[in-house]
Amino acid sequence: MMPLFIRGRGKMLVIATLVVLLSIVPLLGNAYYTSVLIIIGIHTIVTVGLCLLMGYTGQVSLGHAAFYGIGAYIAAILSKTYHVDPWLAMVVAIIATAAFAFAIGFPVFRLRGNYLAMATLGLGIIIWILFRELDWITGGQSGFLDIPTLSIGGFSFHSDFRFYYLVWGFCIAVMFISQNIVGSRMGRAMRAIRDSESASQSLGINVTLVKVKILALSAAYAALAGSLYAYYVGFIDPPPFGFLFSIRLVVMAVVGGLASIWGAIFGAASVRLLTEFLHPFGDIDVVLFGLIIVVVVILSPQGVIRGLVDLWRRISRKLAPS
Amino acid sequence: MATWQLVQYVVTGITVGSIYAIVGLGFTIIYSVTGIINFAQGEFVMLGGMIAFSLIGLGLSMPVALILAVVLVTLAGIIFNLVAIRPAGRASTITLIIITIGGALFIRAVAGLYWGRDAVPLPPFTGDESLSFLGAYILPQSLWVIGITAVLMVGVYLLLNRTLVGKALKAAAINKRAAALVGIDARMMSLISFALAAATGAIAGVVIAPLSYASYDMGIMLGLKGFVAAAMGGFTGVRGVFLGGLGLGLAESLAAGYISSSYKNAIALIFLFAVLLIRSRKLMVGEEGT
Repeated sequence: MMPLFIRGRGKMLVIATLVVLLSIVPLLGNAYYTSVLIIIGIHTIVTVGLCLLMGYTGQVSLGHAAFYGIGAYIAAILSKTYHVDPWLAMVVAIIATAAFAFAIGFPVFRLRGNYLAMATLGLGIIIWILFRELDWITGGQSGFLDIPTLSIGGFSFHSDFRFYYLVWGFCIAVMFISQNIVGSRMGRAMRAIRDSESASQSLGINVTLVKVKILALSAAYAALAGSLYAYYVGFIDPPPFGFLFSIRLVVMAVVGGLASIWGAIFGAASVRLLTEFLHPFGDIDVVLFGLIIVVVVILSPQGVIRGLVDLWRRISRKLAPS
Repeated sequence: MATWQLVQYVVTGITVGSIYAIVGLGFTIIYSVTGIINFAQGEFVMLGGMIAFSLIGLGLSMPVALILAVVLVTLAGIIFNLVAIRPAGRASTITLIIITIGGALFIRAVAGLYWGRDAVPLPPFTGDESLSFLGAYILPQSLWVIGITAVLMVGVYLLLNRTLVGKALKAAAINKRAAALVGIDARMMSLISFALAAATGAIAGVVIAPLSYASYDMGIMLGLKGFVAAAMGGFTGVRGVFLGGLGLGLAESLAAGYISSSYKNAIALIFLFAVLLIRSRKLMVGEEGT
């Protein structure tokens, strides 16, 4: 293994800086930055789950937008149509989505590699078709309007300013939980499975169960992010939960480093910012995403930051007189 | 339930099934030689249709435009192999999946920028006056599709089994190291398989475009259905993928006709899961070490 980029006290320093920076942004009072960062936070939550599944456990998912969408729709439908308290609706959404992932995990993980990729792609498309076709529940293509927002007592998260802290609070919590999982016995089992399934099996690891648990956890993250999205925007329709978003999530995970929890912020942020900057020029961002992931996985599979750090080290070593 | 209806559905099913078979053939060729599932396979089909449309718009005559389109897409397949697949070397399955997905995303987005989001028509090869057969209407283009598929399938079968290149491809597919020992360059075989898959994909694109229009985003579903056809055939040989494609096309067309057309795509997905789960044990051979 290569040495870690940041570790120990250095790592805490980087994280502390990040937290401070993040908490300052909404105080600047720029509504646009705040809203962009809220979306980045929401995407980061999903990306962290995908990193656990793809980067650490080595299992591809090309349909993660489905879990994100299921979470969003359950939270929206329960809170609006059935007048369930939004917090409770969110909890139900998370548990239901995780249970769904757990249930499909057992048949799906009979597949590996390419076939797993194709199966998750297909699942994502099926779920997306359901969002569109079950229009008496989901509102179909015209969408689902007037979703209530979250509040604690009389304190409502109706403004971007308040929602920002809510989202990033959840986001940081998700990252800490994930970092702990990665460092635990479970995390070692995950990496063992990624490196060799037969070896893990011979060590007594229940390979399928570990995979299914991680899938369920990442689905729970996605559902959390989805319900936050629904409450934030107040309106959902099928397009943001389709195949392209699943791929976009893969791009975020790859850019941040597939096996990097904290890289997910970088991945989600770069993808979102690129989209924002290139918005006036049509779909150029998607062209770039295609190029970027090919280049990154070939040249720097551990993510863009690590790639740049390694490159800089190599250059400075060459320049330094030996 | 009238006979003509059934005939109509069967003809439609065989026509689209032929297309799925050709797309699936591309998957099969690449997978058997390199072990890669090329998620950009559907994009080759799209490029074939769209490039042919543009070339006809430039005033080229139909046959010239179609052949040139296939040649250009073949070049695209070769370039894709050289710039994205070859540098990856012996990468893990996940890496290769991400690479071909990235390629698909790139091709699709460039096509969306260049041709726009609207579907474009291609004129039929020989008129659009439908023929009558047992009370059903058959477009001449359907006959072209079926005929070209048959020729292509036989052609690829002969290429793989009767020529030196084909035998080299097969050797690389069966055992790369042994093939290398007798002087077969695996990288060259990978290149040839991508060229062949791109060419067959482009042919599928130019023959189907007059029937169903071409659009920048047609690649995903066509790719998925081609994959289903290839998986039904077990990724080995021409015959399996041919039958797989026809089976899928017929099931889809009959379901759309007798049940509801809004769930047409769902049929392909149900087939996908059925074939993946039924064949999961068989397919997993050689998939260890993702």
